[in-house]
Amino acid sequence: MSEVKIMLGNEAIARGAYEAGVKVSAAYPGTPSTEISENMVQYKEDIYAEWSPNEKVAAEVAIGASISGVRAMCSMKHVGVNVASDPLYTASYTGVNGGLVLVAADDPGLYSSQNEQDTRCVARAAQVPVLEPSDSQEAKDFVKFAYALSEKYDTPVIIRTTTRLSHSQGPVTLEERVEPADKPYEKNPAKYVMMPANAIRRHVYVEDRMNRLAGDGCEMEINRAEYRDASVGFVASGIAYQYVREACPEASVLKLGMVHPLPRKLIEEFASKVERLIIFEELEPVFEEQIRSWGISCEGKELFTRQGEYSANLLREVILRQKPEIREAAKVPARPPILCPGCPHRSTFWILNKLKLHAAGDIGCYTLGAVPPLNVIETTICMGASISALHGMEKAKGKDYIKNWVAVIGDSTFMHTGVNSLMNMVYNQGTGTVLILDNSTTGMTGHQDHAATGKTLQGDVVPAISIYHLCKSMGIEHVTEVNAFDVDTLEKTVKEEVARDAVSVIIVTAPCALLKGQVFPNKCAAIPEKCKKCGACLRPGCPALTKKEDGTVEIDAAMCNGCGLCAQLCKFGAIEVREAKKA
Amino acid sequence: MMTKNIMIVGVGGQGTLLTSRILGGIMVESGYQVKLSEVHGMAQRGGSVVTFVRYGEEVAEPIVEEGQADILIAFERLEALRYAHFLKKDGVIVANDQRIDPMPVVTGAAEYPENILEKLSEEYKIYQVDAREKALELGNSRVFNIIVLGLAAKHMDFTKKQWLDVIAKTVPPKTTEINQKAFLIGYEG
Repeated sequence: MSEVKIMLGNEAIARGAYEAGVKVSAAYPGTPSTEISENMVQYKEDIYAEWSPNEKVAAEVAIGASISGVRAMCSMKHVGVNVASDPLYTASYTGVNGGLVLVAADDPGLYSSQNEQDTRCVARAAQVPVLEPSDSQEAKDFVKFAYALSEKYDTPVIIRTTTRLSHSQGPVTLEERVEPADKPYEKNPAKYVMMPANAIRRHVYVEDRMNRLAGDGCEMEINRAEYRDASVGFVASGIAYQYVREACPEASVLKLGMVHPLPRKLIEEFASKVERLIIFEELEPVFEEQIRSWGISCEGKELFTRQGEYSANLLREVILRQKPEIREAAKVPARPPILCPGCPHRSTFWILNKLKLHAAGDIGCYTLGAVPPLNVIETTICMGASISALHGMEKAKGKDYIKNWVAVIGDSTFMHTGVNSLMNMVYNQGTGTVLILDNSTTGMTGHQDHAATGKTLQGDVVPAISIYHLCKSMGIEHVTEVNAFDVDTLEKTVKEEVARDAVSVIIVTAPCALLKGQVFPNKCAAIPEKCKKCGACLRPGCPALTKKEDGTVEIDAAMCNGCGLCAQLCKFGAIEVREAKKA
Repeated sequence: MMTKNIMIVGVGGQGTLLTSRILGGIMVESGYQVKLSEVHGMAQRGGSVVTFVRYGEEVAEPIVEEGQADILIAFERLEALRYAHFLKKDGVIVANDQRIDPMPVVTGAAEYPENILEKLSEEYKIYQVDAREKALELGNSRVFNIIVLGLAAKHMDFTKKQWLDVIAKTVPPKTTEINQKAFLIGYEG
């Protein structure tokens, strides 16, 4: 079989897992890693794949599968690696039985993240080898190679991608799945029970393993010196390698497929054969600092930034000293992302804004409540931090201070780590109001199920964990469920709950407007003759509404999902919710 | 041949991904090396989105950089203006004549520029269509993006049959017919 298919980098990673004979995959969705698991589903006859509640759990599921003797994968975005780092650092010591791969998707340029951290730094600290592919074909090939490495060197292996690789498509040659025999599990506490006496010995093993990998890396095909013009030589990996090939096709390149540990002898040899050595790596100077520490002179971050994505134009400017012929960019209004028409979060933020409440926010679409015109979210740190940060504020400044604050978190984020923060609030006698915006899905990443939706990644219908009962079971007396589009009741509930000297939870429910299978029976329609041009309906910032030149409001029927929020805000009956006519 | 660079720009939710996949599909079928780059996640929520498609004998980077695009397919006027400087000197714009106000315009913090397409036509070769109106006439406002693709297809070297075949392969089976009709409105209209 030599079929060639055009594949997203993430799809190619899933294909690589399939061809490598992986049997268990676990993940929590996070841009840019989500499509790896979504593409695992097509192999469900051969691979068990799940959404876990968070990355720590996902990593542990994969570790357990590996210990039992099968090949396993977990995948996550870069900040998810922080959540999974507790098991990762120790899995580095235990090593594996069946091959174990963790895919970490970094996000240089911050397309959908809260920071720009570099997974290579984590891998150095955890002493785990890292492979970095540079296109979809390599994404598949490197996953397969990673399993061979994992089993040969008794180590978890990280596959590092970036947004640009994960979300680019390119041709991939498909191959058959290999079906490695399940390895037997043998009881081996010295390897799998990391109590101090055992871990001390495994640490010796880890150091030896990394030294061997660094040496053997000089012979690996994925680390490749391409000698062309010797006046300039680049060291590059991943997508940065493609920019070098694009802008400087005549230059020599040392293309690193294994980016940790570094193949020192290979790099020393390459450095000796080129006149000018340039390290071209996005984000942190991980290669550069190591190469300099060996006494090799090179150039790197004095030429190129630590921030954002690189490009071929950057090389043309800095190295070739060519100013590409580019017309001046027009000065145009920005178009930031916004809450969708019919988004159930809009009413909540509108009410918080109206009541002049501050909100400690979390990670999800509702982060968009921080920007105009809603301007409500005041903190966004990491998954689950809204509730714990609110608790910290209360402990710092007292119950009264917190009366004009709330925590806002989504259903998936609550199940991820928010639940721990809520337990802490109850246990440590905190007070404060937590709004769980339950839109029945993981919205931002493109609608993935979780433990409270009643469906699994592979499509099985299962009992949904009730967020209401989960909160009640912690002993929280005041847990209220309110429909997001019942604006009056929601406003009344928020006012009542923030006044309490207790932990209270308001679960604001209504499905995400983009959730598949939803029917929108209504459309909103403006009645211009009744419009008083007051603009009240425009304030929550629904993109379906625009102000016409005469000041009256127009509603784009194609965009409107008929949620009726604008109609509830109009005091003059100038917006009607009508039954949508079928096209 | 030289590598060809195409950009598809618009507002999140307008269907840039489907359009780029049809483009990618026809190029693969024709034996080219192809790379595409897409935007997923937060930016998709009503934000400015851009998709890159590159094809040729050998393609290294998956993105189109400033000053490099041969064709800019724009689903919205302001987005055409935002990305016009990505075009080569002799680059072509294929634009959907539609206005969608970004939030800074809605809130009054910024103004939507006047006469965008007219101004762009002073510097660039530009082809335009009111695809939304034509899609409504067809009975499905969502296929406007395929009408725009049809107009862009006039400026590429593939046959009508190739396009209709790749559309059938790419879109959900139930929508094949309407998408093919939409394509022909742009292609033959």
